Amino acid sequence: MVPLNYFLILAAILFCLGVIGFVMKRNLITMFMSIELMLNSVNLTFVAFSRHINVLSGQIFVFFVMVIAAAEAAVGLAIIVAFYRNRESLNVDEVDRMKL
Amino acid sequence: MTLPQVPILPILPELILTLFGIAVMLFDPFTAKPHKSWLSSLAFIGVLAALAGNVLLLAAEGEYYNGMIIVDSFSVFFNFLFLIIAGLSILASRQYLVREGVNHSEYYGLLLFATVGMCFMGGANELIMIFIGLEITSISTYVLAGFRRTDLKSNEAAIKYFLLGSFATAFLLYGIALMYGATHTTHLSQISSALLTGRIDLRLVLAGTALMMVGFSFKVATAPFQIWTPDVYEGAPIPVTGWMSVGPKAAGFAAFLRVFFVALPALDQKWFWVLWVSSVLTMTIGNTAAMLQSNIKRMLAYSSIAHAGYILVAFAALTPNGIASIMFYLLAYSVMNLGAFAVISAWSLSGERRVTIDEFAGLGYRQPWLAAAFTVFLLGLTGIPLTAGFTGKFFMFRAAINSKLYWLTIIALLNSAASLYYYLRPTIAMYMREPGESGRTSAPQDSAPLQISMATKVVIAVSVLAVFYLGLFPSTILDFAQSSAFLVH
Repeated sequence: MVPLNYFLILAAILFCLGVIGFVMKRNLITMFMSIELMLNSVNLTFVAFSRHINVLSGQIFVFFVMVIAAAEAAVGLAIIVAFYRNRESLNVDEVDRMKL
Repeated sequence: MTLPQVPILPILPELILTLFGIAVMLFDPFTAKPHKSWLSSLAFIGVLAALAGNVLLLAAEGEYYNGMIIVDSFSVFFNFLFLIIAGLSILASRQYLVREGVNHSEYYGLLLFATVGMCFMGGANELIMIFIGLEITSISTYVLAGFRRTDLKSNEAAIKYFLLGSFATAFLLYGIALMYGATHTTHLSQISSALLTGRIDLRLVLAGTALMMVGFSFKVATAPFQIWTPDVYEGAPIPVTGWMSVGPKAAGFAAFLRVFFVALPALDQKWFWVLWVSSVLTMTIGNTAAMLQSNIKRMLAYSSIAHAGYILVAFAALTPNGIASIMFYLLAYSVMNLGAFAVISAWSLSGERRVTIDEFAGLGYRQPWLAAAFTVFLLGLTGIPLTAGFTGKFFMFRAAINSKLYWLTIIALLNSAASLYYYLRPTIAMYMREPGESGRTSAPQDSAPLQISMATKVVIAVSVLAVFYLGLFPSTILDFAQSSAFLVH
């Protein structure tokens, strides 16, 4: 059986990749996908722990997270579409109508 | 085969709000265009029904659904707070929505659904439940922030809130996952007892605590996670800004308090310093930046950051009295801010063309009552005696002093005094300047008499009364808050 730590480290790497993608990328869709990557790395953590300690609840939580991520995707893409209609761009640097 | 009996009483307010939210959206197609605003009455009735349902909860204390939901006076208090906020916001939005010509049914539906999420956050006894409640609130709020679909600023507010909000949620969730891995449970009281046994991986717990703190700090907009607040509050429609600055923030604090005091008291010496530093930063950044603003929405956004900082002062006291004073202050702050935003919404013209502080010039002569109410709210936010703001701050800072946090209290008092500068600026503009003085020539239709709807007047009147009631007779509500704070602590 693969040790727990492997899964945890993989999940941590995926989470960090998501964070890096969110910070570095300038395209709204790519930033959104980075967030999805972060959420999925959390799912992996939940499942790994759940299997390791033999408690099923962690796997149930993953369903909740997936459903909520789907709802968030629906709303998020709608917001991005609304922005695209007004600005004809997906570049986050153009989200700049308000500044300090 | 018999189905298990599912009790509906513990989530009665949430159920009522959900049903009315669906009803509001279902009745929309059957309502003729000129009569759409009756949907707001329907939503308001829903809030009243949920308030009645919440009264029944008082008799049903206990844990339900395998301990996922808890009904205690803490959750009942917050339900009352969220429902009051929702009711006032619905009334305050009515005229605005007609004026701006945006859809009514989705707006009220989302407002009710967001309130459902907030009630779940107040009553959650388990981390996953908190996450679900938080997401119900957040997803509805993302849409509400961008509700003026064709307005670029509103779009931008929605995009920023959505991206940064989901980013922060991922951190919160990762924290929950690590906490689950370390303690093998997500129930708050079981986490607490697992921590006391000492047979757990402390590194995982600390990492989980830190990540959860990031998530909560974002939701309540405290430093260093407050960056999104000014832009989102400036871009969102005025009634939504008013609602966002009190509702989701109060819900965030409800969950924040419950998680940290019920699940993690064993580590309080570790997270105490984080709160201390964050509190100082939040207050100072909020107040300093608020002084530099010319847009009133943006100024109140920074002011709301500063107020979150004051709340952290009482949080850092780590006592039941501190929790009770936070609960009282959240109520006081809610009525003051909702009232202030109702005034701004009435004064701003269609398309939100009149929202800078200079443009409040002459309000004192043209609408003496409106100006007087606005002054009351601003003085309340400053913390002038006789108002709710003073009493609330007094209780919070007293709790901090009782815990020997002298430096923190001094910094908070200095900040509070400095805030007088920017709260007085609109007042000075209203009473001491002539309308044309700011250099901008106003269009003739801008100086037409202001039409203020009955609903807006009710919101402003109720808020003014509440500011004075909480300022002069705080004991009833404070006693209730105190009795529930002991349960959490």
